[in-house]
Order: sequence, then structure tokens, then C-alpha cells
Amino acid sequence: MIIATNVTKQYGKLKALDDVSVTCNRGQSISLIGPNGSGKTTFIKCLLGMVVPDSGFITFDKQNIAKDWKYRQHIGYMPQTGRYPDNMTIDQLLRMMKDIRKPFNPVFDNELFESFDLGKISNKRMSNLSGGTRQKVSASLAFLFQPQVLILDEPTAGLDPVASEILKEKIRKEKEKGKLILITSHILSDLDDIITEVIYLQDGRLVFHKSLENLKKDTGKDRLSGAIASVMSKIQTR
Amino acid sequence: MNKIIKYVILDILKNRIVIGYALLLLCMSLSVFNMETDTSKGLLSLLNVILIIVPLVSIIFSTIYIYNASEFIELLVSQPLKRKNIWLSLVAGLGLSLSLAFIGGCVLPILIYNGNGTGIMIASMGIILTVIFVAIAALSAVYTRDKAKGIGVSILLWLFFTLLYDGLVMFLLFQFMDYPVEKGLVAVSMLNPVDLSRIMILLKLDISALMGVTSAVFKSFFGQSWGMILSISVMLLWVIVPLSLSVKKFKIKNL
Repeated sequence: MIIATNVTKQYGKLKALDDVSVTCNRGQSISLIGPNGSGKTTFIKCLLGMVVPDSGFITFDKQNIAKDWKYRQHIGYMPQTGRYPDNMTIDQLLRMMKDIRKPFNPVFDNELFESFDLGKISNKRMSNLSGGTRQKVSASLAFLFQPQVLILDEPTAGLDPVASEILKEKIRKEKEKGKLILITSHILSDLDDIITEVIYLQDGRLVFHKSLENLKKDTGKDRLSGAIASVMSKIQTR
Repeated sequence: MNKIIKYVILDILKNRIVIGYALLLLCMSLSVFNMETDTSKGLLSLLNVILIIVPLVSIIFSTIYIYNASEFIELLVSQPLKRKNIWLSLVAGLGLSLSLAFIGGCVLPILIYNGNGTGIMIASMGIILTVIFVAIAALSAVYTRDKAKGIGVSILLWLFFTLLYDGLVMFLLFQFMDYPVEKGLVAVSMLNPVDLSRIMILLKLDISALMGVTSAVFKSFFGQSWGMILSISVMLLWVIVPLSLSVKKFKIKNL
């Protein structure tokens, strides 16, 4: 569904992405793993068209995304740090987003909005929200339009345990529906029962793209965190 | 696209600066017209105010607004919207609301007190200058990532167009007085939208004593109607060129 081919992106001297090629298919839920600054967020931003690659290209349903913008109707994106217009209230923000996406996604999924109980504080301005509440708004927005692809950048960072459980439950539910889910997270224990594939990036390079089963088999560990730890130490000693 | 313009205008109205700007212009035009018994004299005093204040407020407010809208832009770019449309809507929203403020603050009083050809000319020049300086602001904001730098560039551009440029032209004129530099002078004045609008208004007023060198040359060179047509097309270029350059840059900007 999403195919990235030789994607390279350079910020000054720093190579944020170096010749990355991956294929993501419907029904997979893929975790992007790698140390800080390994290019995970840059890769996600390339998929969304927020960052334009220097070379290489990305296709979505066989359409090159560089010349297309409509493909974004199929994506729900939850950014690492949600930045929203300061003097809008939650309610106004939601109404604006619905207004903008109505032509593409007329049916809304308010489940997260309700289970996070955001209705109570819907008159609060975005600038007065705490980091966690902002994350809740971001998550509700990502799922609101029932997209086929969910891109979640550090979804559980900053959420309290209750909210984090609600979100994970929601991700599982959407996974069952056969959607493509891309997650980055450093809390590997969160990912164990959600993901089916692992993409490992280091210094902007793709180290491997494996299914979770194969990764566990190759490393001889039965949990994701153990498997990743052994991979990381192997890379460092090399 | 209309939806985004709507949200931009609503947001601008919410921060009240533009309303304050409209009131300031209104105070100035009313006081000028009420002090002078001769309304065409009042119009002339207003002219200088317009040529300085309108570009200043348009360029500074737009630059700061575009930087402050970075969250809004980031949010929209990840949605199914064309980047070009996002940018053009933002600029259009700014241009529309600042023009509306100018219409409320200046154009209406002018039409009430002195609704003749000159008044209409000054009014339309004010609107065109507003749009031109919004476009220039868009260009400087899209090219500089750093907010302080971008605002600095905008202030310098305003200083250049309203004050420095004339000094420079004068200097060159005195240096090359012995040569036939009139044609060059016309070309040089094309490069400054503020000069151009001043020339156009003075051409319309037809007060040779007030014309200054450039507009005198302009008039003898082109005659009234040709001069007008040429200046209007150059002013339109002053909107189109910065705007299309900024769109080009915004399309490939990393957010």
C-alpha cells in the first residue's frame, strides 16, 4: 500500500534518511524502532508529505505522493508533539477539522473523544491544555475520520496509564479491522501485543524490516524488548 | 480553499489588532478632513500617511501572523489539502482582512469627503499597496526559518522601500546630472511600489509643483494614460512575482 523507494533526506550535513526502501501493506501493524535521531519522525513526515525527500520517492496505492495530495484523506496522523492554533478551543478545532475533511470522510468516529471525556473540557483553549490532554486531542483527531492508515508517532508518551490503555485498546480494535498501522515508540512493552512487523532504523539507514515472529526467532528472545536489546547491542559491538 | 480563508479571517478578527488598525486609520482620515477646509489639501496630507503607514502595518502584521500560524500550517499540511491552496488561502485571508480595515478606515471617509477621481485613485492605491506588502511579507516569512530574522528582514524591506530608496535615487540623480538619465530614472522608479503609487496619485492630481523629479519625467515620458497603464501592470507584477516565488518555496518547505 505504501512503498518507499531509496528515500534520502539531508538536513545540512546530517543525513536524516539514507537510501531507505520499505514496503508497508494493508493489515500489517508496523513499529518503527531506532535510537533517538535515527530518522523515524523524518520518515513519517516524508510519508505525510510534510517533508519532501531529496531523492527517492514514495507511492501510496501506486500513486506517487509528490504529485498527489488527496491520498492524505486515507491517513490519520498523531504527531509526536501536537501543535495546534493557540486561541482555538478543542471544540472549534474539532469542528474545523471535520469541516475540512467532510468532503472526503463524511462519517466520524467519536469513540476516543468520548472515552477520553474531552467533551467536558471542550471549551478550553488549546494553549491552556496540558501535554497529556493535547496528546488525547491528537489521538482523537487521528482516529476521527476512520482512515485506512494510522500513523502514530509516540502515541503513549505523556499519557496517563488509564488513557494509555484506552488508546492501546483502540489501536488493537482498528488493527482487527485490517488497517495499516505505523507506530513509533520507545516503550517497547506497549508494542508487544499490537505489532506484527518491525522496521529498525539507525543513523537514517534501514537496518532490517522483519516480521515480529522472525525477529524473535532470530534473536532467541520471546519478548520484543529483549529482542531489540540484543539487536542494539549487536549493532554497537560491530 | 474558501474554508481556510474563512478560518484565517476569523482568527485575524479575534486578535483585534486589525480592528485597531482600522480605527487608527479612521481617526487619521477624519481629523485630516475636518482640519482642512479644502478637502483636496486634506487628501494630500492623507496621501503621505497612507504611503508610510499602510505598507508598515501590512508587512509587519503579515510577517508576524504567518510565523505565529506555523502550528496551523503544520496541522493543515498533514490533511488532504493542496499545499499551494493552504499558502494562497493564508495570504488571501491576510490581504482581505487588511484591505477591509483600510476600506473601513480610509476609503469610506475619502469617498464621503472627496469622492472624485483623485480620492478613488488614492483609495485604490492604498488597497494595492496593502496587497503588495502582504505578498512581500509572505516571501520573507517563507524564506527565513528564524522568526526574529524574518521580522527583521521585513522591517528592513519596509525601510528600504519607503525611505532609503528615494535617498538612493536622489543620490544617483545628482551624481549623473550632466547625462540624460531620465529613462533610467523611470526604470528605477518601477522597482519601488511605494514610489510608483506616489507617482500615479500625483499624475492624477496634476500638481506639477508637487510632482518631484520622477513623476515629472514620468509624465513627459509616457503621457498620462500610458503612464497609468504601465504603472498598474507593474504594480500587479509586484503582487504576482513575490507571491509565486513564495508559493514555489512553500511547496518544498520542510515542516
